[in-house]
Amino acid sequence: MTSKNLIKPYGDTMNDGVMQLAFTLPVENSARAKKAAEVYLTKLNLVDVAISSAKKLTDGFTYFVAFARAIPTLNYDEIEATEVQIKEMNFYQINALIKEKINRKLVIIGATIGTDAHTVGIDAIMNMKGYNMDYGLERYPEIEAYNLGSQVPPETLIKAALDYKADAILISQTVTQKDAHIRNFTEFIEMLEAEKLRNRFIIIAGGPRINNDLAIELGFDAGFGPGTLPSHVASYVANKMVERKGAQS
Amino acid sequence: MAKINLDKSQVETVKTIAKSIADDIQKFVDEHSTESVERTVLRLYGVDGVDEDKTPLPNKIIEKLLAEVGLNEGVSKYFAKAMVLSKRDGQTTAELLDQNHISFKDTLSVLDVDSLKIEKDLSKKAIHALDNTYNKKLKKQIECPVPPTPWKYLIVATGNIYEDRVQAESAVDSGADIIAVIRSTAQSLLDYIPYGATTEGFGGTYATQENFKIMRKALDKSMKKRGRYVRLVNYSSGLCMSEIAACAAMEDLDMLLNDSMYGILFRDINMKRTFVDQYMSRLICSRANIIINTGEDNYLTTSDAIESAHTVTASQLINEAMGINARLKPELLGLGHAYEINPTVENAFLYELAHAQLARELFPRSPLKYMPPTKYKKTDIFFSHAMDTMFNLASITTNQGIHLAGILTEAIHTPLMQDRYQALDSINYVFNIAKNLGDEIEFKAGGFIENRAKTVLNETEQFLIKVEKMGLMTSISNGLFAGIKRPIDGGKGGPGVIKKAPTYSNPIMDELKKGGKHDQ
Ligand code: B12
Repeated sequence: MTSKNLIKPYGDTMNDGVMQLAFTLPVENSARAKKAAEVYLTKLNLVDVAISSAKKLTDGFTYFVAFARAIPTLNYDEIEATEVQIKEMNFYQINALIKEKINRKLVIIGATIGTDAHTVGIDAIMNMKGYNMDYGLERYPEIEAYNLGSQVPPETLIKAALDYKADAILISQTVTQKDAHIRNFTEFIEMLEAEKLRNRFIIIAGGPRINNDLAIELGFDAGFGPGTLPSHVASYVANKMVERKGAQS
Repeated sequence: MAKINLDKSQVETVKTIAKSIADDIQKFVDEHSTESVERTVLRLYGVDGVDEDKTPLPNKIIEKLLAEVGLNEGVSKYFAKAMVLSKRDGQTTAELLDQNHISFKDTLSVLDVDSLKIEKDLSKKAIHALDNTYNKKLKKQIECPVPPTPWKYLIVATGNIYEDRVQAESAVDSGADIIAVIRSTAQSLLDYIPYGATTEGFGGTYATQENFKIMRKALDKSMKKRGRYVRLVNYSSGLCMSEIAACAAMEDLDMLLNDSMYGILFRDINMKRTFVDQYMSRLICSRANIIINTGEDNYLTTSDAIESAHTVTASQLINEAMGINARLKPELLGLGHAYEINPTVENAFLYELAHAQLARELFPRSPLKYMPPTKYKKTDIFFSHAMDTMFNLASITTNQGIHLAGILTEAIHTPLMQDRYQALDSINYVFNIAKNLGDEIEFKAGGFIENRAKTVLNETEQFLIKVEKMGLMTSISNGLFAGIKRPIDGGKGGPGVIKKAPTYSNPIMDELKKGGKHDQ
């Protein structure tokens, strides 16, 4: 890497490094507590630390808001993150693409797995009504969509995917406490691999704490996070299917 | 207090329809019991504890009863007869039954006259315990007065009861009037109550009698320190509704989340099971002076808050009617609703005020449970805090009863100690600066707010008429509530519903049906 694009947090002047922080220390509010907060931030390599507010939460706990300047710079050119590559296509274009290039309906099955009971996210993608004025997959004439709902065990989802001859499986996870989502996603992929089914489907992860990097790392084809529209998912699946078909012929 | 000009006769009409819907369900309830109701009887008779596999004794005894003689006559009589044979107390008798020293078949030889006295004794003691918690709480409320409404309701949810205790104390220090310990994910689907103090849960802390005790003790201490009564809340929902109510009563809890339909719709629990369980749980709440909190706010997490506002009102009316059937006074009905309108809607605040004021006027004596915005909360904590501030204003203006604190990190994680502080800071600020706003303003006759409230009431009436015609069970199976269809005989826990025999005996329930001590 030769190019350099050095950056730092921005307050009101380029490279001033200003950051805003909020945190609690398990000490009684006092001059010493404020000093401790300040010293702690300097240990984080911050300078010009100003403790702007210190409030007692309860006996032995104090909440601080602080401003400080960061020292290190970062070469932005060295930062890489993936985003799902999707062609922005609308409802009509996607249906036309499937009809033309695949010449049969795509089957997409989705569920929230594990003990997670959150369905609003997967419903937003799959149900007729859709999300933010963008029709859901059930509305697509060229897509057969099956939403199994929540708290679905992985084996049930896999069995249903085989029964419906699904092209793609959508999995939603909202609860992330104690890494519940990682465990559930991993369990699902491992079960598929054990049954030698991993390559049969396009597997997509989604949810408020999901990004593409994480999904790829866990062995998924793609990951979608907050603000995803059904057409993003439909476009991704349709184009991926066209690509796979091209590769076969 | 600002008022909307509601049509009094229409209010009466909707209440009458709701009563007819509830009475129809009550007929079914009166003819049935459930495994969980029978376990509740055992718990109230003093049976507690678990075996090496952590299976609670009440579960084991009911399973044994089912296997040996069936459940249709209820556990009360058989258990009393087992006590005649054992000549020991309830707990020891339960242990002897569990170790198969006594079989329920042996009890068939005992005469009813001999067991009747024991049954009476046991139930008298149980009722006495419920009256005792009622009195104890009342006494505490004299020492530490109940703060004015809206009461500030904060949650703790670390999964570890000892950590929860620290969080709860800090919340009380910052001004909380109510502490709810959020339950661990999916506990509602357990057909037993876990046992002992617990330190590991997902998204919350297990509801166990020991955990109730630990938190109650901590709050009693905080309460004294602050000179203000602090209420403790848990969940009487799921497959163990009435059992939890019994445990909660024994540990002096003040409130329970308890809805006649939530478990059916959102946890896919069998509806017959839920209807029977909710009745028993509410009878207990009534006697033990526990405020129930109903779950109408949940409808709005899956349906649109403007389009479906009337389903919230309709459900409140049904919950109220069923609550009255279970002898709950209006003061014990924390009927739920929520501030969940999409924040990008023009005049969303006016809609919110209309909905909140409508609830206030329909249930003037009830401490309404008002939920903050959650669904449209985004991860931008600063905007989230601004939304909560407006919610606080709506609540104080319409004098809600139980005010759930909106938390700025709602879309991110369960609250940190500092998040709760931030929430209370805004609540305290708004409740103080706008204390009497509701007394000063009037809603313009024929204006937006009044019209909106009337529209919702009209839609509610139409909706209730439909439900009454269909019957509540069929309505739910047709997806009328929250757009979720639940078949009448589907869902979890269905096999645990029991048809009562003519010889069914449950003296505790008979006594509770007469109403709270306070009403007699
Ligand atoms: C509604 C809600 C509920 C409802 C759920 C109703 C339902 N049928 O879904 C109820 C009340 C039942 C509920 C229960 C619980 N909840 Co909840 N809930 C929420 C809430 C308020 C909104 C979530 C939501 O609907 N968002 C709207 C949708 C549209 O957004 P989304 O899910 O991000 O989906 C979008 C994208 O992520 C993406 N997407 C999502 N899935 C998928 C899948 C695929 C394949 C793709 C491509 C895209 C995709 O597309 C969607 C559209 O853009 C959030 C707080 C918040 N504001 O986020 C808490 C929240 C998610 N809940 C939480 C918790 C802890 C719980 C409970 C565990 C609480 C408890 N102890 O009982 C229980 C869970 C019980 C269980 N077994 O899971 C926590 C999670 C914390 C964490 N990070 O782990 C949150 C963040 C609240 C909090 N601060 O504590 N909850």
